[in-house]
Amino acid sequence: MKTVRIITPTGHLGTTPLEKASFERGCAASPDFIVADSGSADIGPYPLGADRAACDEVWQRHDLEHMLLAGRRLRIPLIIGSASDTGTDRGVDQYVRLIREIAAEHRLGPFRLAKIYSEIPVDEVRRRLKDGAVVRGLNGRPDCDAATLDRTDRIVSVMGTEPIRDVLREGVDVVIAGRSSDCAIFAAPLLEAGHSLADAFFCGKAMECASFCGEPFMGKETILGRVDGTGVYLTAIHPEQRCTPASVASHAMYERLNPFREYVPGGYLDMSKCSYEQVDPKTTRVTGQTFVASPSTWIKLEGSGKVAERALFITGIRDPYTIANLDRVIGWARAKLTERFGPVGGTYNVFYHVYGKNAVMEALEPTPATAPLEVGIVVEVTCDDMARAETICHIAGKNLFYARLPDVKGTAGTAAIMSDEVLHARPAYEWTLNHVMEVADPRELFRTQLETIGA
Amino acid sequence: MKLVELATTIRSKNAGVDHITFDVICRDRANFERVRDSGVLNRGAVARLFGVDEGRVTDFVVFEPANAIKFTIRRLRPSGSMGESDLFGAQQYAPLFDVEIP
Repeated sequence: MKTVRIITPTGHLGTTPLEKASFERGCAASPDFIVADSGSADIGPYPLGADRAACDEVWQRHDLEHMLLAGRRLRIPLIIGSASDTGTDRGVDQYVRLIREIAAEHRLGPFRLAKIYSEIPVDEVRRRLKDGAVVRGLNGRPDCDAATLDRTDRIVSVMGTEPIRDVLREGVDVVIAGRSSDCAIFAAPLLEAGHSLADAFFCGKAMECASFCGEPFMGKETILGRVDGTGVYLTAIHPEQRCTPASVASHAMYERLNPFREYVPGGYLDMSKCSYEQVDPKTTRVTGQTFVASPSTWIKLEGSGKVAERALFITGIRDPYTIANLDRVIGWARAKLTERFGPVGGTYNVFYHVYGKNAVMEALEPTPATAPLEVGIVVEVTCDDMARAETICHIAGKNLFYARLPDVKGTAGTAAIMSDEVLHARPAYEWTLNHVMEVADPRELFRTQLETIGA
Repeated sequence: MKLVELATTIRSKNAGVDHITFDVICRDRANFERVRDSGVLNRGAVARLFGVDEGRVTDFVVFEPANAIKFTIRRLRPSGSMGESDLFGAQQYAPLFDVEIP
């Protein structure tokens, strides 16, 4: 079985730039593939719903440039998953444009590029639903129905390895994939080389966040993964970082409901019997993972829909008496809103984020607040109409300045207004779909196009 | 002894869009065994600590390979919904620090 070496320099291409020194060291370690994930659902529902990147194009371009130039220099394929945060068609097209621009700028010789789109029209899911498809809610969400889709503006389906393996078999040099399972973009080339599903997906699972699987904690440093039939070998490339049994095992549990299973189209990776051993100072070997195939193929759908316009107002309070009576102050301000605009939660919503008290943990906060020296308050108002959101938000914030308390000494203003303005925030979106849909073929929701780039 | 003195990592983070997951990791095996065997951390105890119904604690596992205890709480609304206070779920772990481990 052919040994395959993969390097990845970043766990989310575009957030902050990759670290060049360890990436170049990784390139010197004879890799067969350069792979990076560029998307996440962690960034909230806005980027998908509004179809906007969350990252700055300056850093996206920076990382793509380093990775493309290295890939072409070493003559090895580059695989990018979940292009431009959302993995929507916009993201794929944006990354292909950047690849073209970088190729032109550096006068790269001709190379083959595959783009794999994964956006799926809301009406297509609606049609499948009508035809009897089950769109099952994940982790306790109700199944999708027509009303769920009415609230949804945009949907991406999350590809497994199959569409990526198909284009690798065509011999492409660069793959720009829409929304993809993080571990599938690593697993695809390993499976093409004949490695087991268990090793391929485990390698992907361990590498998807790059140097997060090493210690001490560092982001954006390169990790080398090697699979040779005797296990998955993970090596930290940064001189000060190591992959240890503890660091790799702790990463296996990162950002997941439980540490034992990773679901992908066609089954799940079982990590409950994994064993981790240090084989050299910077490398840990993992064995014992298994893959449990499912009889049917389910593809994950992520959907987001717009809920309302959104406005913010920022203010702060220093008066200890007002701080001690903050609940009354906010209660009064809310009552004034109800008086003028109807009940909160009707045609509008208001949230008082009280920094210094419980803005961060809200209802999960078990510790009684001790009186802080100052509190900062961000007033958030959502409403269908932006002008009305602005009007309501201004009053919701300004009423903290006019708070009525019987013994207040500061009768010239009960809040410090940072700037007497309402800030236009991004509209409020919500995750409407976190579901899986059964398909006959794991490729059927994805569209692939090949092209040649460069002189 | 307080949990913060025994664990090297105590963190919280989104696990998908509907959950926040908590990891308590000890570098030292003896510390891990002390935390594990004390039984102080369990599904009911973390539900009480965060003031949620036990049903919202969707997973509670002891993960031996990482010397870790991990549990997951279902969010009331998906991450990033209006009124969101912690988009990444990254600052929900602090109350674990003061849990007393005999």
